[in-house]
Amino acid sequence: MATPFGGDPARSYDGPVEPAESATTPILSRDEVVYVAVLARLALTDDEIDVFTGQLAAVLDHAADVAALDTAGVPPTAHPLPLVNVLRDDIVRPGLDRDEVLAAAPAAESGRFRVPRILGDEL
Amino acid sequence: MTALEIAADVRSGRRPAREVVESHLAAIAAREPELHAFNLVLADEALAAAAEVDRQVAAGDDPGPLAGVPVALKDNLCTRGVPTTCSSRILDGWRPPYDATVVVRLRAAGAIVVGKTNMDEFAMGSSTENSAFGPTRNPHDPSRVPGGSSGGSAASVAAGFAALALGSDTGGSIRQPAALCGVVGMKPTYGVVSRYGLVAFASSLDQIGPLAATVADAAILLEVIGGHDPLDSTSIAGPAPRVGGVLDDGVEGLRVGVVRELTGGIDPDVAARLAEAATALEAGGAKVEEVSVPAVAYGLSAYYVIATAEASSNLARYDGVRYGLRVDPTVDGTGDITAMYGATRAAGFGAEVKRRIMLGTYALSAGYYDAYYGQAQRVRTLIIRDLGAAYSQYDLLLSATAPSTAFAFGAKSENPLAMYLSDVCTIPSNLAGHPAISVPYGTGADGLPVGIQLLAPALGEPVLFRAAAALERSAPR
Repeated sequence: MATPFGGDPARSYDGPVEPAESATTPILSRDEVVYVAVLARLALTDDEIDVFTGQLAAVLDHAADVAALDTAGVPPTAHPLPLVNVLRDDIVRPGLDRDEVLAAAPAAESGRFRVPRILGDEL
Repeated sequence: MTALEIAADVRSGRRPAREVVESHLAAIAAREPELHAFNLVLADEALAAAAEVDRQVAAGDDPGPLAGVPVALKDNLCTRGVPTTCSSRILDGWRPPYDATVVVRLRAAGAIVVGKTNMDEFAMGSSTENSAFGPTRNPHDPSRVPGGSSGGSAASVAAGFAALALGSDTGGSIRQPAALCGVVGMKPTYGVVSRYGLVAFASSLDQIGPLAATVADAAILLEVIGGHDPLDSTSIAGPAPRVGGVLDDGVEGLRVGVVRELTGGIDPDVAARLAEAATALEAGGAKVEEVSVPAVAYGLSAYYVIATAEASSNLARYDGVRYGLRVDPTVDGTGDITAMYGATRAAGFGAEVKRRIMLGTYALSAGYYDAYYGQAQRVRTLIIRDLGAAYSQYDLLLSATAPSTAFAFGAKSENPLAMYLSDVCTIPSNLAGHPAISVPYGTGADGLPVGIQLLAPALGEPVLFRAAAALERSAPR
């Protein structure tokens, strides 16, 4: 029987299904961590990248039991409830006060959020 | 005194709310410097609210079912004009422009907010060591963690700082600290309690719930905060589950399954308490058997893909534009916005939050999406199916809440995977959207509290509370 504690090397679901071999075992490289940090908009230090490379690989390795499961024909669950759109009558109701919201912003100007330059020189 | 006793005294005029609040503030003054359960104590506001409750009682009005009851709020619940930090530097000093629905409902019921409690940053953690403002200490042994992420809420109830507390539970963040602090903690069915004003971690898993000294107190708190809210599109239609009236019904005739997959890896002293709890339910007339729920063995792995993927999306909002911290890496402010995003998030988030954003971003990135996120979602389906099969034979499932009693500071903070294993028994309920409750049940070999978890199918709150109350009555003193 598989346990969540990694004590059983078989790691099978509901029967003696042989998990796929190391094809699904992640090999997380430092370069991949650097790339993911760019995607995540996190300016990590070199030390953080080194530490995260090892730690994330360990977590992904633990998740390899899930990656190796045969789930052919199983539909994904994105949400525990069957969600439907919620509609309401199109009646104007008061929202949040603009000045109160802008007061919480790091910078505001002329009733708007003020941000650093968005367009690059090449445009 | 329990919350129900306090409310009865205040409503009848036997005891002024002011006196109740003063006694809790005195408890806070005595031990809060040692325990650090709160990010913010709202002494003046609590005394003013108590005066209003007392004025209502004097005028012959009923302030509500929680009249004069001091409540502590996890610091990821929005309070208008009052700092709400999620124990993160990135929200340090932020004052929300609105109240969470649960806060509105608490006040309408006469409850008195005494403070905002410490937590793992953005609810990511199982020890409250990930707070940017320093850890909370366990009231039973200040050298141990209180659990997490709702560690401050659990500690505040255990220390008598508040009669009730609210937490949020994404993978066990109410139940696990409740177990480690020796209090009752309950995660409702997904959608029973409005998430409006709860700062999002993983939106398909997050649920607000009660922490209390007794099952009856947790029941009244759930009845007050639950029920449909048009401000939350995932809120279930209908009123809150009625659970206060079933507490004395006993477990005669109930079928209870002890989940085999959640018994491996549990410390022996905790496993012994679990066996005693099963025996006690049996003695009360329940039929108790071991049951296999195979897919829950994969809950932890699926959870840490799904929760981090959702978190990486939800936490994209902390970008230094609309609220909280902004760090501009250029001296004259002429840098571009991407550099500002990266610098702000690097300075504002702690290590665990960064780690989870990275993991979730990776799991959602091109080339890995289906292998990790898609696969985890399919495993989530398997877990729901296997739990459904178990509930076709059993009214309730039973397990320990956490694999061990409260551990020492630093014991798991350097090994993320070891920390994640703290949530192994609690995660399945979040993935399925089901309710579950942790009830204090004696102590471990170290004399620290053990929690036993009861699990029920969706909207099974009445049978869950019925059995929890029976378990509480049978618990070793």
